[in-house]
Amino acid sequence: MSTPAPANPRAIGLGRALLRRREAGIFLALMALVGLISIAEPQFLAGKNLYLVSRQVAYTAIVALGVFFVILTGGIDLSVGSVVSLSGVAAGLALAAGWPALLAVACGLATGALVGAANGAIVSYVRVTPFIVTLGMLSMARGVVLTITHGDSIRAIPESFIEAGLLDVVGVPMPVLVLIAVALASHGALTYTVFGRRVYAVGGNEEATELSGINTRQIKFGCYSLAGLLSAITGILYVARFRSAQANAGQGMELDAIAAAVIGGTSLLGGQGTVLGVLIGATIMGVIRNGLVLMRVSSYWQELIIGAIIVLAAVLDIIRSRKAKT
Amino acid sequence: MSGALLEMRGIAKSFPGVHALRGVDFTVRRGEILCLLGENGAGKSTLMKILTGVYPDYEGDIRLEGQPVRFKNTAEAFAHGISIVFQEFNLCPNLSAMENLFLGHEVRGRWGLISYPRMRREAESAFRNLRVSIDPGALVKDLGVAQQQMIEVAKALSHQTRILIMDEPTSALADAEVRNLFTIMRELRERGISIVFISHKLKEVLEITDRVVCLKDGENSGEVETHTTTEDGLVAMMVGRGLDHMYSRRRSEPSKDIVLEAQDVSGPPFIKGVSFRLHRGEILGLAGLIGSGRTELARLIMGAEKRTAGRFLLEGAEIDIGHPADAVAHGIGYASEDRKQLGLVLPMSVRENTTMSIHRRVCGRAGLISSRIENEITDRYIGKLQIKVPDREQVTRNLSGGNQQKVVLAKWLAIQPKVLILDEPTRGIDVGAKAEVHKIMAELADEGVAILMISSELPEVLHVSDRVLVMHEGRLTADLTRAEATEEAVMKAAIS
Repeated sequence: MSTPAPANPRAIGLGRALLRRREAGIFLALMALVGLISIAEPQFLAGKNLYLVSRQVAYTAIVALGVFFVILTGGIDLSVGSVVSLSGVAAGLALAAGWPALLAVACGLATGALVGAANGAIVSYVRVTPFIVTLGMLSMARGVVLTITHGDSIRAIPESFIEAGLLDVVGVPMPVLVLIAVALASHGALTYTVFGRRVYAVGGNEEATELSGINTRQIKFGCYSLAGLLSAITGILYVARFRSAQANAGQGMELDAIAAAVIGGTSLLGGQGTVLGVLIGATIMGVIRNGLVLMRVSSYWQELIIGAIIVLAAVLDIIRSRKAKT
Repeated sequence: MSGALLEMRGIAKSFPGVHALRGVDFTVRRGEILCLLGENGAGKSTLMKILTGVYPDYEGDIRLEGQPVRFKNTAEAFAHGISIVFQEFNLCPNLSAMENLFLGHEVRGRWGLISYPRMRREAESAFRNLRVSIDPGALVKDLGVAQQQMIEVAKALSHQTRILIMDEPTSALADAEVRNLFTIMRELRERGISIVFISHKLKEVLEITDRVVCLKDGENSGEVETHTTTEDGLVAMMVGRGLDHMYSRRRSEPSKDIVLEAQDVSGPPFIKGVSFRLHRGEILGLAGLIGSGRTELARLIMGAEKRTAGRFLLEGAEIDIGHPADAVAHGIGYASEDRKQLGLVLPMSVRENTTMSIHRRVCGRAGLISSRIENEITDRYIGKLQIKVPDREQVTRNLSGGNQQKVVLAKWLAIQPKVLILDEPTRGIDVGAKAEVHKIMAELADEGVAILMISSELPEVLHVSDRVLVMHEGRLTADLTRAEATEEAVMKAAIS
């Protein structure tokens, strides 16, 4: 490009100060959190632990970026956790049948994208509320998984595939590398492509966007398909990580993914949010989960604390948007 | 008894990038009808929102009957007897008239449960006081605009109201309904209630108000007793100068080439057999009462609704428009009357809104959006339409109505339209901006754009149009040349 485009057109003008501060704010929160946990449990900062945390964050963040596209349009996708599992099973079946790894990966990705496309078609073309469509899909996709696997897992995964999925490149785990690629692509798409601009426009005012001659259904359809596709990436990485395609993989993951987006400053009303914010949000979620485990907080309490944090983030989102309007 | 009921002194308020008010004084006397006048963006709405507690953060003092007050929310202002009827109604369409009327202070019976019989009686008496016949049990969505407004008025009066603010109450009303509203306003004045009347219709201001306070650019720009001034006097106060002619002259005559032709077009919800021809460089007025189907016809042309019969021809060739995208691809644009809901993406910037319909054209090599091309195009239209913004990255939510309308126009000019449908292009816009919009329309027509202008303002229709179509209940009832189009002819066609 001839002129250097601003780092992020969404953050310009009125938004610039606010959004910059918004991301800076959650980044500081993340740092404070890291500080607190390190004091309470010094082994948090151990290399091995950080390695594990970064890998776990990557799995969640990839899914969160998918949901992020949907939330930007003002929708929601609750089915991502089940899609993680279903696409993992699809890839796992292909691998177990002896297909080449690349073909198996393509098979998993296609499955995720197809489920996402089904969500998108029903939401945008039949105009059913996204909440109920994806809630139903959450159950259906999991149901397919359970039917295929009988609740068991597919274990005949070639060792070479597992090694590839758990590969480190100069100490950076494969899932993190994939996340970096996905994040850069998402940011690029949202900032520099027509599709990305339209995603924000649909979330900002769908009717006005439609009347401007933009096919808003295509845009929404695309976002749901993307959410399915990105969920499938985590699903496939999970197969390597668990050395099998598991029937209960990704269960409850929609919670962490949506929470990551909202904590990262994505407005649930649509039209506002950044990739960087989602990444920070996912990191906060991962750090909290890891910290709670390290501090030996009971898993019952963990659920309560995570839930409270999500509600708190949603409350802050509303307060923030009110401030932005006055 | 007269005297200051309310005094606002040195009120200042700013928003990011905009000083909305800079030290405004505003006094309301007991039992008067006061007009708050000013161009869009002059600060009227902001001042009223401060008075009613919508904006609790501001500088300056407010005294009510000599007592200092500072409202933190609308409920507090309401409790002090200050009510507002907004231009856009705040009613729940799926609730009945009486439920809306008592929303927030429902009529309770035994055990604290809602008592519908009592509620109905009280609603009936409230409506009777306003001399309107509304069935308290009717759902609001089934009522007409005038009746809905009366529910708002009744709602605003349901407490010990001392000051009633009415924001452009007549903009959606037919003439007879305006008469009725004025009668009610006078009765309220007799009862000692002070009314702040916000309107751009100067004839109405002269007729109904006792005093006029004028704002310009967030400052006081004049104050007169109404009986001592004229329409020109009011205009001069608003714009700071006299306007010689509001309506711009055209340089050229419309051509004979037909750009858009409709043949027997029907479609939802109730458009039946509409045929017309729109010529190059022509401004075709589309008149009719509210609800006569003009906006619906525009939506059919745009493909926002699917037509069920008939066809459209563009420059002689049949076109099939199934979606607004098709219309835009054919060079047809539609600027809706509802700028905020249907025109702009409010959280987006002037730049992003301007290039909304030309995304493909602002892409550079590699198919990515080029900020250089976007900035160039945006700046061109900011200059051409004289949009008053600090810079192109200003979020459109913070702009005044007139500037918002210009951004909508910029979006449509950017597609280099053959046909431009303008739905109430000057509704809710001040005199100055109105003249500018008319000038822009004349220039566009001179450049060869065919303009279909929907307007409920008869003087506008008659002065701006080259030809006038009139609609009534979904059908075209008249196609008048400029010479034939008199006020009487248009009104006759509009009601028969």
